[in-house]
Amino acid sequence: MLQAFLVILQRDLILAIRHRAELMNPVLFFVLVVVLFPLGVGAEISILQKIAPGIIWIAALLSALLSLDRIFRTDMEDGSLEQMLISAQPMSLLILAKIIAHWMITGLPVVLVGPLLALFLGLSTEGIETLFITLLLGTPILSAIGSVGVALTVGLRRGGVILSLLVLPLYVPVLIFASQAVDASAAGFATTAPVAMLSALLLLALSLTPWAASSALKMSVS
Amino acid sequence: MIMRFIHKLGSPPYFYQFSGRLLPWLSGICLILFAYGLYGGLVLAPTDYQQGDSFRIIYIHVPAAWLSLFVYMVMAFSGAVALIWRIKITEIILINSAHIGAAFTFLALITGSIWGKPMWGTWWVWDARLTSELLLLFLYLGIIALYSAIDDKRKAARAVAILALVGVVNIPIIHYSVEWWSTLHQGPTVTKFDKPSIDTRMLIPLLVMAFAYKFLYAIVVLLRARNDVLWRERRSQWVTALFDGSK
Repeated sequence: MLQAFLVILQRDLILAIRHRAELMNPVLFFVLVVVLFPLGVGAEISILQKIAPGIIWIAALLSALLSLDRIFRTDMEDGSLEQMLISAQPMSLLILAKIIAHWMITGLPVVLVGPLLALFLGLSTEGIETLFITLLLGTPILSAIGSVGVALTVGLRRGGVILSLLVLPLYVPVLIFASQAVDASAAGFATTAPVAMLSALLLLALSLTPWAASSALKMSVS
Repeated sequence: MIMRFIHKLGSPPYFYQFSGRLLPWLSGICLILFAYGLYGGLVLAPTDYQQGDSFRIIYIHVPAAWLSLFVYMVMAFSGAVALIWRIKITEIILINSAHIGAAFTFLALITGSIWGKPMWGTWWVWDARLTSELLLLFLYLGIIALYSAIDDKRKAARAVAILALVGVVNIPIIHYSVEWWSTLHQGPTVTKFDKPSIDTRMLIPLLVMAFAYKFLYAIVVLLRARNDVLWRERRSQWVTALFDGSK
């Protein structure tokens, strides 16, 4: 069982590395969205400082949304998803591997680039540290919740718009707790509570979503 | 005995017959409740010392907000039943509830905004309850969109059932996160606006109205479900027999 998990993880990572250009897209999109904000609201550092956590987190949300489709779409098209479904391995475990692979491909770059962008937006050092922690805890949740949305819409020809309608409301708690934590630490308050909530959400998402996604996939493929 | 009744209710012809007999009763009770609730709320209840007569929109607003959550719970429950036992009727109840739920959520938002204008001075406040109601509306719209995007309606019902269950796990999380966000963000401007502990003469019509709304929902969902049952079973014998007899 563990082996099947590792095989899927390895396979998805290799597939991603072989398409390097695609690998860059989500993080480029993330950077672009963040860059657009100073152009839109003006370059006044006091305003940017104030809205930096929100900007970075919304950009992270959107870039996750943009790349979600690839969790299952290509596997659906080439038939490997059906092979996974009829294999003797529990589907939820394989999905967990795919979620983790997706996060390593699209989430991890955002986690690494996010703090750098926060520097440009004038966030304080404490704020940047907390931002890094919240991104680290929060982006896997985005991949996990997203996997359910993709599993539900993967059979549709134009699932993209519906996917965002399904997934974005479910992302709200992550956005709230994460930007709350960064705000609090930038203002010099304790961040234990929101960070603990984010960790709880992460555990909840990782333990429940593969299960929901696997029953949704069975529906989509049948 | 009860299980047998439930099994029977799961079969479309029996459901159609049974709901047909149930509807006049439900409509009667609903009318009485609405008549009493509206009269009690709009005429009998005393005027609020702070908000004057404008508080009376509570009799439309609060029951709609309660119902919007109630309908989602019904949907999640029938979604679970639909997924586990594959009973067609629960699928039909589930998807037909979504439109009604969305409508009442929208009503709650609109009346809340109308109420907010004289009370808070603006049409919209990013208040915790209003915001989580807005997110609930998006959840409903997502369900409707997903259902209409999948052509095979049995499959669509299963997809929607899964989504409703995912949503029901998330609703409390969303609700409390939004509540927390709002209290940290705007401080006491909204929380100060606490409902005065309500007078019983005001409270009773409110509860009656809440029940009236529930009955209204039951009536509308049964009507829609009956329609849907007829359409889905339009090629089966009992439906043709039904309409041949009435001609």
